Amino acid sequence: MPAPIIVQDIHKKFGTVQALQNISFTVNEGELFGLIGPDGAGKSTLFRILTTLLLADKGQASVTGLDVVKDYKAIRRVVGYMPGRFSLYQDLTVAENLHFFATIFNTTVEANYELIEEIYVQIEPFKKRPAGKLSGGMKQKLALCCALVHKPAVLFLDEPTTGVDPVSRKEFWEMLQRLRKKGIAILVSTPYMDEAMLCDRVALIQNGELLNINPPQAIIRQFSKPLWAVRAKEMYRLIQDLRAFEDTDSCYAFGEHLHLTLKHGRERVDQLQAYLQPKQHEQFSMEPIEAGIEDCFMELMKSHR
Amino acid sequence: MRQFFVFARKEFYHIFRDKRTLLILFGMPVVQIILFGFAITNEIKNADIAVLDQSRDYYSTRLVQKLTAGGYFRIDRRLQSHRTIEDAFREGRIKMAVVIPPEFGQSFFHLKKAQVQLLADAGDPNTATTLINYASSIIGNYQQELNGQTQLPLTIDTTVTMQYNAALKSVFLFVPGVMTLILLLVSAMMTSITIAREKELGTMEILLVSPLPPPLIVLGKVVPYIVLSFINALMILALGVFLFGMPIRGSMVLLLMECVLFVLTSLSLGILISTVTDKQQTAMMASMMGLLMPTTLLSGFIFPIESMPLPLQWLSNLMPAKWFIIILKDIMLKGAGLEVIWLQTLVLCGMTLLFVAMSIRNFKTRLS
Repeated sequence: MPAPIIVQDIHKKFGTVQALQNISFTVNEGELFGLIGPDGAGKSTLFRILTTLLLADKGQASVTGLDVVKDYKAIRRVVGYMPGRFSLYQDLTVAENLHFFATIFNTTVEANYELIEEIYVQIEPFKKRPAGKLSGGMKQKLALCCALVHKPAVLFLDEPTTGVDPVSRKEFWEMLQRLRKKGIAILVSTPYMDEAMLCDRVALIQNGELLNINPPQAIIRQFSKPLWAVRAKEMYRLIQDLRAFEDTDSCYAFGEHLHLTLKHGRERVDQLQAYLQPKQHEQFSMEPIEAGIEDCFMELMKSHR
Repeated sequence: MRQFFVFARKEFYHIFRDKRTLLILFGMPVVQIILFGFAITNEIKNADIAVLDQSRDYYSTRLVQKLTAGGYFRIDRRLQSHRTIEDAFREGRIKMAVVIPPEFGQSFFHLKKAQVQLLADAGDPNTATTLINYASSIIGNYQQELNGQTQLPLTIDTTVTMQYNAALKSVFLFVPGVMTLILLLVSAMMTSITIAREKELGTMEILLVSPLPPPLIVLGKVVPYIVLSFINALMILALGVFLFGMPIRGSMVLLLMECVLFVLTSLSLGILISTVTDKQQTAMMASMMGLLMPTTLLSGFIFPIESMPLPLQWLSNLMPAKWFIIILKDIMLKGAGLEVIWLQTLVLCGMTLLFVAMSIRNFKTRLS
């Protein structure tokens, strides 16, 4: 049996804009595959090609062994799709939406209730509320229910956690983990890099190109440079000073710290300290740290810019 | 089948939960038919006139009474001199002035000739002509009355019968036109907007990625509007009959069947519009501009088709409204049966099939 999603050398152009090029990857059964990239990277276009809504200019793709161009009708029966924009009927209630989507997929809510139960119980108290009046997180949970209600073999989730509060985001990802264990292949996209750690494998996409496809741990292992977390009282002046330093390779703000790499690694740390000495930064601290997935992505994106 | 039923029910939810849609669907036709029916009319009623009666004898007073008796004219003011006529017109209230010279009765009986001057505001030539015609005929009648028994030696007696609309009510002309226009607008606009809305809100994206065949999506969206538009047609008919006194001389069943046919034509036109628009706004503008303007101008609703230049007459054949107006008038006023209006019916059927076929060809099973 072929892998649930196979993408080979997909290209897509909109006018003169190259939206996607050389896209190839495979998503295996029961795999949670993350597509990480900034807005406008081409994530939604790829989703639309795979859900048979757009035609690629070049290349092939198949979903559950069915060709996305030739067998589009068959694909539409077996996939669950949650578009990037909230696309349920805002004037229908939660229960009406769910019932509607179950019916158009020729099934009933009851038939596949065990699949959506965990998610649905969270929104059930609001089942008589119009979908348009739910909070962001609730909307996405309802949309996931609607995409799951016909027990799809493959699930396409385009930025399901955008605009959702951190707690709901965490819950949402826990649900995805459980769905994966039930054997559903999931392709999920997100602009949040921290969510990459929760995927089995991630692909980083930028300007329509895939940069790296690996399990998140492997991506972190690839990061070979020493990394420091730096902070001081006046963060803005510090980042200016550090970026002005000739041996600085990269310097980004991550929460309360700046993450810094140097071109010559540890060799020139002394010079840096000598450079910063006269600038008199108060409450200065600089500690070596392990790289996180975000550092790896920043590094990858920088090298491909 | 269950899919279809649930889909249509969803569409009813949309309609009944949106007050604006309901208002357009049921409020607009009523308001429009009343507005059109009462406001657009070329009959003259109570036109304001000024009278300069320099004679002030029995006969001139009688003449003025005759003028105002029919309800066509109303005396706005009595003038004292010629100079004030111009000012009265400038003020804009009066449409016509009647000048009766001194010694009106005396000249009529002794000189066998009396003069009356009619001045009309020809800024609006149609109204001016109509007013002058009315006034002349009233004055003519008065002359005959004064002549009394004295018969003119030779006369040609014309007997005029206004067939099918003896009272010359312009309402009989406008009501079928307004009915057609409103049915066309509401049906075409509502369907094109409702389909464009699915696209605009992104729900079309999910519907496409589902096992629903696209024709079923369209059908599910349109069937509720067939029902509602038919109710609309009934409402408009009832208003025409009870409020404006339109007769229904032909077969009621045939009339209703033709209404259903025209509703289908309009809906298929709406579907066609929706296949080429992605936004509700665009759909609305396309239906309003693309349908309202040509329909009012070219369907024979306001301007008689016979008096148009030949190219426009050909163009008017493309208007579904033209054919339906003929059907309505024939059935309601002349009591015609299918044997008279089979051609118009066939044209509407053909148009519907054409619109549906074009829509199916244009419908996108993908996003672009």
